[in-house]
Amino acid sequence: MSFVLSEEQEAIRKSARELMRERAPVTELRRLRDSRDPDGFSRAVWQEMAKLGFAGIALPEAYGGGGLGFAELGLLLEEAGRTLAATPLVATAVLGAGALLLGGSDEQRRALLPGVAAGRTLLALAHEEGTRHAPYQVGTRAEALPGGGYRLTGAKTFVLDGHVADTLVVVARTSGHERGREGISLFLVPAGARGLAVSRTTMVDSRNAARVRLEAVEVTAGGLLGEAGKGADILDRVLDRGSIALSAEMLGSLQEAFERTVDYLKVRKQFGVAIGSFQALKHRAAQMYCEVELARSIVMDALAAVDQGRDEVPLLASVAKARTTDAFLLIANEAIQMHGGIGVTDELEVGFFLKRARAAEMTLGGSAHHRDRFARLRGY
Amino acid sequence: MGELDTFRSEVRGWLEESCPPSMRTPAVEADDVWGGRKPWFPNDDARLWLERAAARGYTVPTWPREYGGAGLGPDQARVLAEELRRLGCRVPLKSFGIWMLGPVLLDHGTEAQKRQHLPAIARGETRWCQGYSEPGAGSDLASLQTRAVRDGDCYVVSGQKTWTSHADKADWMFCLVRTDPAAPKHEGISFLLIDMATPGISVRPIPLISGASPFCETFFDDVRVPLENRIGREGGGWKIAKELLEHERGAISALRDAATSEEESLEALARRYVGVDAEGRLADAILRDRVTQANMDFLCNKLTLARSAAAVRAGRAAGPETSIFKLYATELNKRRRELKVLIQGFQGLGWEGDDFSPDELRHTREWLRSRANSIEGGSSEIQLNIIAKRVLGLPD
Repeated sequence: MSFVLSEEQEAIRKSARELMRERAPVTELRRLRDSRDPDGFSRAVWQEMAKLGFAGIALPEAYGGGGLGFAELGLLLEEAGRTLAATPLVATAVLGAGALLLGGSDEQRRALLPGVAAGRTLLALAHEEGTRHAPYQVGTRAEALPGGGYRLTGAKTFVLDGHVADTLVVVARTSGHERGREGISLFLVPAGARGLAVSRTTMVDSRNAARVRLEAVEVTAGGLLGEAGKGADILDRVLDRGSIALSAEMLGSLQEAFERTVDYLKVRKQFGVAIGSFQALKHRAAQMYCEVELARSIVMDALAAVDQGRDEVPLLASVAKARTTDAFLLIANEAIQMHGGIGVTDELEVGFFLKRARAAEMTLGGSAHHRDRFARLRGY
Repeated sequence: MGELDTFRSEVRGWLEESCPPSMRTPAVEADDVWGGRKPWFPNDDARLWLERAAARGYTVPTWPREYGGAGLGPDQARVLAEELRRLGCRVPLKSFGIWMLGPVLLDHGTEAQKRQHLPAIARGETRWCQGYSEPGAGSDLASLQTRAVRDGDCYVVSGQKTWTSHADKADWMFCLVRTDPAAPKHEGISFLLIDMATPGISVRPIPLISGASPFCETFFDDVRVPLENRIGREGGGWKIAKELLEHERGAISALRDAATSEEESLEALARRYVGVDAEGRLADAILRDRVTQANMDFLCNKLTLARSAAAVRAGRAAGPETSIFKLYATELNKRRRELKVLIQGFQGLGWEGDDFSPDELRHTREWLRSRANSIEGGSSEIQLNIIAKRVLGLPD
């Protein structure tokens, strides 16, 4: 029953919530930002998450994972979203590990996934090249070398956790035209590879992203994931899972921003009464509540759809990403407005939620991108 | 084979035998059977289907047998609903008596009141209307002014009700009246059952922006109503009225869902009126986006209903998400109706005549009619107040 949590799932949620509240509250993100932490996340917290089995929760047991599903991973992401915890969950456990699971050979998986589950190995998916999400816009070239292997040349942007990843999954073109779905291939590139330059970009949400330059980076034949030229089949599925996972994270964030706002409406007094007694604010709060509940329904169904291997995963991924993005932006903006003057101060944490909403929107495609995709999937 | 499986095969056998084939086709509103003292049926099959269903208690499956029901438990009722859906059976009887008054009578009626009214409702022999709103009491229903003054063994009722659906066709009205004008407004209200044939009652239909409507104004001029027609204690009508409204809200959102599930999709309509480009996309990019937003919201709403139902099946109380259903379903319905008219362009502007197809004319009327969805049965603003207060705990 995908809409009702089991006892085991409730226990996972509880332990994730405690960990995030104690070890990765919003003050921790602020500390990472203000100290200009070079990693941009806490390795100690990630180690604790790995010890609790969180890093590899949805990976198969054969690769050292927990053998659970997206329903459980979604709970972790939701709790991480509540505190805006900067963790490698999306970049490593969902996107990077997803590419290996969906496209890698048994050998490739064995080489990397146990390290992911143990919290030793970090991954990143280097796919974006343009000014916004465009999965098939791939100008990075991969030339086949005479003795086997490939030589990669190009540039990537907005690579989540790119500067801390031990291995990058690089999307490159082995054939086809620059915006075509055909001819895309996925490669494993170790962080220290010759010709690879990774530089961190400082983002508005204080989370990790990087630019990646590839100058004739050579990878062996064993670095190709799946079949050459057919990488889009893998990439599509990885991005769907990424969208669903990110939606789960956003669900936690928007719920938290909403609850903080409703709490504030009850305590802040003006004209001698709590401002939550004003109908102009009540009605907007009630509208937001509807958005929260609808977002929860689509996220839960999309997570379950991944575990059940349903055909509608791509469709649900786009609905989830579009709806949670819009809900998060609405709520984050309203949160600031309803907090009044202190809402725009750096001291209050509500601003972190708005910044995160904007970055999460652009990550893996905003709502307009996903509505266009939904319409295409439905044949109009 | 479990008890429930036995029941299912019995039900299935009975339905196959008893539901006439013409009653297994999609229903249109014009064919609705409402019963009453002077009942109307679109054809003999509809009459037969009602008689057979009523004889077996299937117009009100969960009511006790002595009151015309089939005495089914929740699991059996679910099986029956599944089997009815599987065969595509029409609802044999539409009835405010069943949806609204019945549950309240079962909880609050005296034995004599239940015996007088429930079996007749179940068989479709009496048709009911709801006397709640007044010209001066809409969202603030408790400020209603229709007076009922005791005189011997009767109340003498005078005043005016409005928005009484089907009052011109109803045999009885369940009605809120003020029995104590001196009491606080919620405490001076009583719940009366009034025979519409009583002298002193007059009814006038109300045309709407969408054309003819089932709504009426009902005037009471010293109408004598026996004391034994009161449900609950004198002055205790408000609590009953609110319970009844909960049943009504459930019925409104359920009906909307049933209606929308059979409709042509927005994109199919748009393909015909707006056309597609070389890649098969709707030719109007902005309209395409609005259609998609509506489709996504519709899906999310459907999933939220399913989530609530799953929680109830798992033995948990329905969560606070139920409070958004009336609000969201009606607002969504309004948007869909509006989009349909927009998609049709000039052809969405017809009022009558052969220049427009029956569907085009229907869409225009439905768009106009849907404006009332977010007003009737508790306006959207009232729903937002309820969510703010009961769910979010915001202060008055």
